[in-house]
Order: sequence, then C-alpha cells, then structure tokens
Amino acid sequence: MSPALLPAAIPAGATDTAVVVLWLIPGAAYYAATRRPGLVWPRRRTTLWCAGVLLGAAATAGPVATAAHASFVASMAVHLLVGMVVPLLWVLAAPGTLALKWLPVRVSRRMTRILRSAPVRVLSHPVTAGLLVTVPLWALYVGGLYPQVVHEPAAMALLHLHFLLSGLLFTFAVIGIDPNPHRSSAVVRGFVLLASIAAHGILAKLLYAAPPPGFIASQADPGALLMYYGGDAVHAGMLIIFGWQVYSAARQRDVRRGARHAREARQRAGTRRPS
Amino acid sequence: MRAKTAAEPGRGISLRRSIVSGLLFGCGLVAFVDEAVFHQLLHWHHFYDRSTTAAGLVSDGVFHAFSWGATVGALFLFADLRRRHALSLPAWTGGVLLGSGIFQLYDGVVQHKVFGLHQIRYGVDLTMYDLLWNLTALVLIISGAVVLLVHRRRAGRTVRADG
Repeated sequence: MSPALLPAAIPAGATDTAVVVLWLIPGAAYYAATRRPGLVWPRRRTTLWCAGVLLGAAATAGPVATAAHASFVASMAVHLLVGMVVPLLWVLAAPGTLALKWLPVRVSRRMTRILRSAPVRVLSHPVTAGLLVTVPLWALYVGGLYPQVVHEPAAMALLHLHFLLSGLLFTFAVIGIDPNPHRSSAVVRGFVLLASIAAHGILAKLLYAAPPPGFIASQADPGALLMYYGGDAVHAGMLIIFGWQVYSAARQRDVRRGARHAREARQRAGTRRPS
Repeated sequence: MRAKTAAEPGRGISLRRSIVSGLLFGCGLVAFVDEAVFHQLLHWHHFYDRSTTAAGLVSDGVFHAFSWGATVGALFLFADLRRRHALSLPAWTGGVLLGSGIFQLYDGVVQHKVFGLHQIRYGVDLTMYDLLWNLTALVLIISGAVVLLVHRRRAGRTVRADG
C-alpha cells in the first residue's frame, strides 16, 4: 500500500460543500464589486476571475480531490492548478484595481497607505515572493515533508491555502497589473522569473531522481514529470505576458517621446515665425 | 529638418541588438529542436539518467530556464527592432547560426560529456553520434561567424561610402 494513501476519515460530501463555499466567497465578492453602479469593468477580467474560482473549486473538491488523496500525480495536478494556474488567472483579473474602485474612499486611502509601508515592500519584492514559493516546495518534495502531511486533512487544506497565497504574491510581484507602489524593475522581475523556472525544473528532476522516503517511485516519477512539464506550460505563459508588458512599455515610451518632440518642434516653429 | 529626424523613435539600424536577438533565438531554437526531436519524437535522450551529478541537474535547470527566456526574449526583441525599423536581417541570421552552434556545442560537450546529464542515444557506440553532434555545432558556429564578418565588412563599406 502506498504511504500516500489517505483513509477517508471525514465524510467527503461535507468537506466538499465547505470547500466549494469557501471558493464562492471571493467569486461572489468580485462579482458584486463589478456590479457597482457607474463602474465600467471589462468582462474579460470578470471571466478570468470566475475561471479561477471554478478551476480552484474543481481542483480541491469532488472527484479530483478524492483522487488526490490516493494518487501523487493527481495531487501534483491540484498543486499546479491551485498554486500556478488560479493565481495567474486571478492576478490578470486585477482584483486590486477593482477593490480600490469599490471600497469607500476613506478605506481605500488607508489600504493604499498600508500597501506603501515597508513590510509590504519587503513581502511583495519578487525575490521574497520567489523564496516563499520555492523554499516550501523544496521542503515538501525534496526534504520529504509531503508524505508526512498528506495524511492530515487540516495540514493539506493549509498547504493549499499556502500554494494559492504564495502563488498570488509571486505572480503579482512579477507580472501584476494592479497598482504596485513598489514594482521592481523589469530586469529584477525577469531575473526572478527565470530563477524560479530553473528552481522548479531542478526540484522536479530531483524528485524524479531521488524520491525522499515515503514516496513510491512508481508514483513519484509521473508526478515529477507533471511538475516539470505542467510548470513549464504555466511559466511559458508568464514569460510571454512579461515579454509583452516590457515590449508595450517601450512602445508607449517611444510614442510619448515622439509626441513630445513633435510638440517641441511645433513650439519652436511657432516662436520663430513672429521674429 | 534635423529636429524631425531626431524625433523619430528609430535611429537607424541597430546591428548589435539584431545580433543579440539572433543569438538568443538560436539558443532557444536548438533547445526546442533538442526537446521536440530527441526527447519527445525519437525518445533517444532521457529525461534523466542515473549517472547525472547534482551539478548536472543544476546546470540543466539553469539552461532549461535560460532557453525559455531566450526564445521569448529574442522574439519580443525582434518585434521591437521591427517596430523601430532597426532590424538587420543578415546580422540577425548570423546571430541565429552562431547562437545555435554555441548552444549545441555546450549541450554536446558540457551537458552530455562533462556533467553526464544524458547521452545522445542508448545502447549504441556513441563515438559517431558525439562526433556528428559536435561537428554540426562547429559548422553552425563557423557559418554564423562568416555571415556576421561578411555583413560587417559590407556594412562598413556602405558607411565609408556615405561618409
């Protein structure tokens, strides 16, 4: 018997309902905020947010969650969805921008003040965010923590919450579109993104090469392959978005500079004429 | 009139950036061919073989990330050069040849032989495979260098003729 098997201690139906309700809360809050009178909110962003809610719920409740108890591959799929895909969808849905528009001015001012503070600055730095994602992954899959927590439903729930939050923080720090008073330079963000792609690949191959005690090789191998190639797919998407952001920023800079030069040239021509 | 030319975003052909974009694209291209043809289609290369060292795994991870970043970065750099009308296609092509040769040689010498990450094929005499692999790399490097040198000489002549 695989040590990664989990006895069904809690009736699955009750936890499933609770998990779905938990996912519906951010979904409902986002939707309610978009319905604010006078607010024009792109439907694309609402769709992205809802897709994140549906994927998150589908990954952590129902048949996928049941399969994840018994199979490491299924559990790796859950981790990829909750820790990478849902954060990507949610960050691209710009929840911060929506919140600032929706909250009363006094509250959003206070929120902005908190966001500008030094602790948030350190926490939301790409390097910190990258470490918060990578170090626990290391402990879980290479350090051998995973086989110990897989039997504890509460620990697994906390782990999923950690995957979601650290994934959100990392995605926001690297390619976030919400207002970010501490946004790092493109060089830092690009470097951290590449470093985390490398770390992800190394971890997946280490898990494949030498599964820590508690992993069964026949389960660790396909799990590690899914981690490697699945992680690659999401990372490639992030890289393309990052490249697009840098490219459009350069284009906008050139357009603005061109407009400024044209204006100055017109002004020079205007002052010359009367003399 | 001079103010107007300065106002235009593209100030002529950018040779250096065209070469950089080509070099990066060449690296990404070889990594892509390696993964698609040798890993996935032929199944000659292995994801991992039991002789891999820890340093090999790190090198593999770093170069895996680098090849992704190089491909995406090179294409956006290409788009940016096109947008500014600053692309030199000969310089870019020379860069692609040179970049793919260098990457192929690194893969063939350091990753396959020094780090022993995996071999080109298993259950055969490797001499011919290794020789062919690294000779291809050398041919790519030499042809890339020739394209770049010829183009630089030609570009230099145009500049002198203009000046």
